[in-house]
Amino acid sequence: MNHFSLALRHLHREWRAGELMVLAMALIIAVASVTSVNFFTSRIHQALAGQANDLLGGDLVYLSDSAIKAQRVARAAELGLQSAKTLEFPTMVLAGEKNQLVALKAVSDSYPLRGQNRTAPKLFAADAVVTGGPEPGTVWGGSRLLTILGVDVGDELTVGNIDLKVAAVLTSEPDQSEGVLLNIAPRLLMHTDDLPATGLVQPASRIVYRLLLAGDAEAIGQIRQEWEPKLRPGESLLDVQDARPEVRSALKRGEHFLALAALVSVLLAGAAVAMATRRFISRHLDNCAIMRCLGAEQAMITRLYLIQMVVLGLLASVVGIAVGYLAQWGLMFFLAPLAGIALPAPSLWPVALGLITGMVTLLGFAVPPILQLKDVSTLRVLRRDLGGLQANALTAYGIGILAFMVLVLFQAQNLKLAAAIVGGLLLVLLMLALVAGGLLLLLRPLRKKGGAAWRFGVVNISRRSGHSLVQMVGFGVGLMALLLLAVVRGDLLSEWENRLPADAPNRFLINIQPDQLEGVRDFLRAEGVEPPLLYPMVRARLEQINGKPIVPGELKTDRAKRLVAREFNLSWAEEVQSGNAVVSGSWWQPGDHGKSIISVEQSLAKELGLGLGDTLTYNVAGQLFTAKISSLRRIDWESFKANFFVVAPPGLLDKYPVNYITGFYLPAEQHAVLNRMVQQFPNIMVLDVATILNQVRDIIEQVIMAVEFVFIFTVLAGLMVMYATIHATLDERIREAAVLRTLGARRSQLMSSIVLEYTGLGLLSGLVGAIAAGIIGMVIAKQLFDLVYLPGPALWLSGMLVGAIGVGVAGTLGTRFVLNQPPLKTLRGA
Amino acid sequence: MTAQIVVNTQNLHKRVMSPEGELTLLQGVDLSIAAGETVAIVGASGSGKSTLLGLLAGLDEPTEGRVSIGGQDLFALDEDGRARLRGEKVGFVFQAFQLLPNLTALENVMLPLELAGRHDARQVAEGVLQRVELTERASHYPKQLSGGEQQRVAIARAFAPHPQVLFADEPTGNLDHRTGERIIDLLFQLNAEQGTTLVLVTHDLHLAARCQRQLELDEGQLQAESS
Repeated sequence: MNHFSLALRHLHREWRAGELMVLAMALIIAVASVTSVNFFTSRIHQALAGQANDLLGGDLVYLSDSAIKAQRVARAAELGLQSAKTLEFPTMVLAGEKNQLVALKAVSDSYPLRGQNRTAPKLFAADAVVTGGPEPGTVWGGSRLLTILGVDVGDELTVGNIDLKVAAVLTSEPDQSEGVLLNIAPRLLMHTDDLPATGLVQPASRIVYRLLLAGDAEAIGQIRQEWEPKLRPGESLLDVQDARPEVRSALKRGEHFLALAALVSVLLAGAAVAMATRRFISRHLDNCAIMRCLGAEQAMITRLYLIQMVVLGLLASVVGIAVGYLAQWGLMFFLAPLAGIALPAPSLWPVALGLITGMVTLLGFAVPPILQLKDVSTLRVLRRDLGGLQANALTAYGIGILAFMVLVLFQAQNLKLAAAIVGGLLLVLLMLALVAGGLLLLLRPLRKKGGAAWRFGVVNISRRSGHSLVQMVGFGVGLMALLLLAVVRGDLLSEWENRLPADAPNRFLINIQPDQLEGVRDFLRAEGVEPPLLYPMVRARLEQINGKPIVPGELKTDRAKRLVAREFNLSWAEEVQSGNAVVSGSWWQPGDHGKSIISVEQSLAKELGLGLGDTLTYNVAGQLFTAKISSLRRIDWESFKANFFVVAPPGLLDKYPVNYITGFYLPAEQHAVLNRMVQQFPNIMVLDVATILNQVRDIIEQVIMAVEFVFIFTVLAGLMVMYATIHATLDERIREAAVLRTLGARRSQLMSSIVLEYTGLGLLSGLVGAIAAGIIGMVIAKQLFDLVYLPGPALWLSGMLVGAIGVGVAGTLGTRFVLNQPPLKTLRGA
Repeated sequence: MTAQIVVNTQNLHKRVMSPEGELTLLQGVDLSIAAGETVAIVGASGSGKSTLLGLLAGLDEPTEGRVSIGGQDLFALDEDGRARLRGEKVGFVFQAFQLLPNLTALENVMLPLELAGRHDARQVAEGVLQRVELTERASHYPKQLSGGEQQRVAIARAFAPHPQVLFADEPTGNLDHRTGERIIDLLFQLNAEQGTTLVLVTHDLHLAARCQRQLELDEGQLQAESS
């Protein structure tokens, strides 16, 4: 009989005896958590890679903030390329009494060149692929838009000055373009031919123009070569590599975060595996000694166990992969709508990664100690006290942590990042261990109080302090993850919302044309609303600093790069706006009006390395002007008022295309005012801050739910640590219970002490988790929201409650049968 | 005709270090056991019986001296070599039975045969289990068996590979008197059937008397032999 079949038989026997359950479960959790995340991200990657051209709507896209010049279209035609145009901008649409801000996209006949739209004939009907875009005179609206407006296919919408018929429900478009991940405004698709009649395209309108090109790869390359060097700020060329950059960058960040969450589960599962292995070893010392007596050589024992472990690892990994595959549907449920793309089947990489995760976790945390089994002294069969193996923490955990590092490296694909992740995680674990250790010390004086059950319960926690520590940290991490998302997140969001002043503007009017100023004021006055201040806004691109052209690549921070990549809204004002304060230099006097000076917000100045006296050169609709910085301002952004990074004195910007913006507080009951306003001034956009905040909040909630979903594995892994630890002490507990019962302890006394022990342990674990969540919450509050966050009683109470109940019930159930063992049998067997 | 010597020791010493200094467990033990013989090693607690048994079976190494089984010098072999030799020639019955808790009675009996790579492990084990009248209990786990039954499984396991020598360490130590008697009967019956050399360690003189020879150990030294 060869060793393989013998090993399989042994594996079968061990499994039957329940010896390997904890190991297998821990592995399944680790593999499932990693594969679920990777199956999901793999599907998005596949979508991005496989449909890259489709996602762009063409092979090459020329993007501009001004109208596409006819020469470009002509040149593309000359090279035999197909072309299509799109214009995209936010605007208001009306349906009866209702209005809604939409992301309008006007498309030409040949759109889309690559990929296809999908539409449905009625709201919520099944959708199908269609060729081309909407016919002139018609629009396609997303189901969200149509629902908000209470219209369906066949009804009419007012877009600017004209009415257009809803011809279909748009369910998916290839080039969903930017802002989808935060698609505040729902989509409306119309034909470019209808655009002039709407009157929505104004000189200062913020429109993104696209020229989609498709055709021969050589011609595409030619165009790229010709146009690329001559691109000016505000223009860019995108090809398949650049498709959906927002999805790519969000994906990258999301992927890292989800992978990190999954890896926390792997680390905890590793600890559970290490714990379970300890029990496995202590139970197999005798077996090995007997097998050695019966003639098994060391190499044979090593081979037998190794084969068993590898087969177990493979089986558990396969189950884990299957669970992970099912679980990715959960992630899809939360996140796929946000990604807004059709997802193909995942690649096989997650399967490989699952196998690697399972095997590396097992080989790292379980195999090194198991391989020591062969060294057991055969004399142990005669004298049981002989030949125990020294548990070597270095082999038990050191190799495991190294193995874990390998896994992190696989995920992060970057040594420095991997080291940072592992270092960070170990630091958090160390912090938790310190807190847990401190709590255990505090427990000591309690040992002297109370009755026998109490004393025994408390003594058990502090006597097995090593085990207690591992349990508290293991379960604490799981709870920390949950509390962070469930309690701290809510606390932070409401803290932030509470800080908004009650009269903070809740409605913004944008895109008010100069000739509408009086009309808007009169309208508001007639409606009984005090007309707010209207701020002029000129769109300009920063081109030079101190006469030197800006090279985005030379800017140090991403924020600086973003700032110069987009257009600035310049404004002018006579007086310093409320909520603004000059921090250096001086504000202009009436005599300075019309001079080439500007005031810059201080954080922007810092980001771009600007100071008083520096000059900035802006491009406004093709015309350059240069101005000197005469003052720096600090802005209270939290006032939620309209504010500007760069302000000029009156007289400098008047000659450029301008529109106006204002923000004011409008009580909810006066909402109808805005419907009437949009009817009268269709080009004006109304931003409802509350709605936008709610939408942002919805999206955050959805992302958080996805993360929570991944953290379920963390909690499960924490529970496995708990269970494995309980299991590791089970033999010892059975013997102790037998001795105590022989000495006259009642079953109820022993039961109370077990309940007390685990409830106490859970309480402490919960406290550890809550403290960790609180600290992390405070750091996040300070770093992200600039808030001082003090964890409230809800955090402590929910942490301790969940911990006490969860661990109390699990521990008691797990240990209960200790009491069912007849004491005599236990003592004889010992 | 001189019977073939199966177990032989020469000048066997075992000393260990203790907090009080060096402790002598065995001192110059010389003995020879012939094939098919039944020998009892008796002595008070701490006299060195188990130490001697451990050395005879090659489970421990002597400080000085030689042990040979079937003519093979045990300590000329490495640990693996001794394990192989045990697998081929030696069987054990222990006071604490030493059954593997996760294996059924049948699987426990199969174990030495499986380790030796025998394809007929199951049939042989079933046969021996039948011999010890435990066929009904074949699929029971050790914890589901009484002490006597467990020891019968252990005896079946020991005899299944037809060992040349069987070492038994206080085989009735964990059993009541009547059960102990029955176990010993079984042990001697099987021993006679297979012609095994039996080396039995016990402090029970009544049990020792059933062996052909009794060797008495006192403070690590072999006393005059009585038979």
